[in-house]
Amino acid sequence: MATLGSAQVPMGASLPSSASAVPARTAPSRHSALVRVTHWITTLCFLALLVTGAEILISHPRFYWGEAGNVLTTPLFKLPIPSSRALVPTGYGYVLPDQNGWSRYLHFQAAWVVVSTGLLYAISGFFTGHFRKNLLPRKADLSWLTFSSSIAKHLRFEQPSEAEAWSYNLLQQLSYLFVIFVLFPLIIWTGLAMSPAFVSAFPATVTVLGGQQSARTIHFLVSLALLLFLLIHVVMVCVAGFRSRMEAMITGRAGKRRERT
Amino acid sequence: MTDLPRRQLILFGLAATAGVSGLGVAARIAQKYGLIPPDHGGIYGLGETLTYASQRLLTRHSLAREFSRSQISKRPLANEIPPLNEAFQRLQAGGFADWRLSLNGMVDRPASFSLAQLKSYPSRSQITQLQCEEGWSYIAEWIGVPLSYVLDVVGIHPQARYVVYFSIDPEWWESIDMADALHPQTFLAYGMNGGELPVGNGGPLRMRLPRQLGYKSVKFITHLTVTDNLKGFGKGLGSASPEGGYAWYAGI
Repeated sequence: MATLGSAQVPMGASLPSSASAVPARTAPSRHSALVRVTHWITTLCFLALLVTGAEILISHPRFYWGEAGNVLTTPLFKLPIPSSRALVPTGYGYVLPDQNGWSRYLHFQAAWVVVSTGLLYAISGFFTGHFRKNLLPRKADLSWLTFSSSIAKHLRFEQPSEAEAWSYNLLQQLSYLFVIFVLFPLIIWTGLAMSPAFVSAFPATVTVLGGQQSARTIHFLVSLALLLFLLIHVVMVCVAGFRSRMEAMITGRAGKRRERT
Repeated sequence: MTDLPRRQLILFGLAATAGVSGLGVAARIAQKYGLIPPDHGGIYGLGETLTYASQRLLTRHSLAREFSRSQISKRPLANEIPPLNEAFQRLQAGGFADWRLSLNGMVDRPASFSLAQLKSYPSRSQITQLQCEEGWSYIAEWIGVPLSYVLDVVGIHPQARYVVYFSIDPEWWESIDMADALHPQTFLAYGMNGGELPVGNGGPLRMRLPRQLGYKSVKFITHLTVTDNLKGFGKGLGSASPEGGYAWYAGI
């Protein structure tokens, strides 16, 4: 694991006298290799899950609460989109082509990859102190003042300072923690709660949610929340400096000091 | 040059060897214990195999959730069915009196059953949910004879691994492993909500498999075959579903 860590000084190399003299190659990593690799695997899987999830969804763009629901049941809400099944009354005069076969295969394959990746990330995050050091808000930051000034900065689309490129601000920390420890577990749970075989072994996983159709509805709402996170995340990366942030997440190097002078 | 790169290279080589041989051993064990689905090839084979293998280990004997009578859907949805063929219409005109279910393959006594014979066997009922892969569902009471009972009547060979079942519509056939075939909730269903099974819901005879999605519960069953190998059926992917792009195992 040592090679995946940050800040390695090669044996025999003399320590530089000041930070600016450190050649980029040996500069400490902004993100550890593990964070970078798991980030991009998650990105690929999330996009696959999003597209295939949307494809599966259009075969029945209606949502219910409770155990059972179908076109003879009053929906909780329905989406004003056409469907890939003639069975669904959508108001549109046409039926979209069925894409459920490969969508379902890919959805579950991507789920396996992203859940394994997420477990690796979460376990190593506790182990290396990544969560504690980088994502847990500092006590001093947990004040209404910091919170509101952080929101104000974001609303003004202010470019973060040099120092901020090396750590997460309060809003980032809170939203990442929310995604990692609330939204991801919730979407995995509600996904499993839709599986008739899985719930035969663990019935409580679906009954506490109110039923299989409730699980499907929550799964959809959580996926919307994750999509919203993705959009804001990408916008913020652009505001902060697309090239430097991408470089940090791909190579581990944070933006060069002379950038945008 | 320090010895660091060489050491890393050796470690990497060892890890890669261990990984590949580990995968090989895992595949052998999985094959031996029946954890590999017939549609394991292709780009989605990894996900399918992981799903099937883990659910086989977790859910071999678990029972699908059963509901109370008050939870039965007021109107059980009859999904769209393609126009039924002439053979079906002829049998329907005769009130299904001549409907037969034939059973052969790896069995001691190949047989052909009439509906009356099937109904003379001990009848069971279950109030379970039928879940379509599209997302909708309904709860109904299903009445029938457990498939395991009929398999006992004909006597299956010990090397039997799958039951393949065919609809009167030749486009529609499926197969299940013995864990599902012998499962107490796997029914040859002929009744629903206290009455006959309506044609719209698969009557007069439907496979009912509440631990998998609806498309495994094939309607209008006329023939069953017990086998130890699915290669000889269709394209060898296990059932019509993978041939149409859908997963063979549908427990999700």
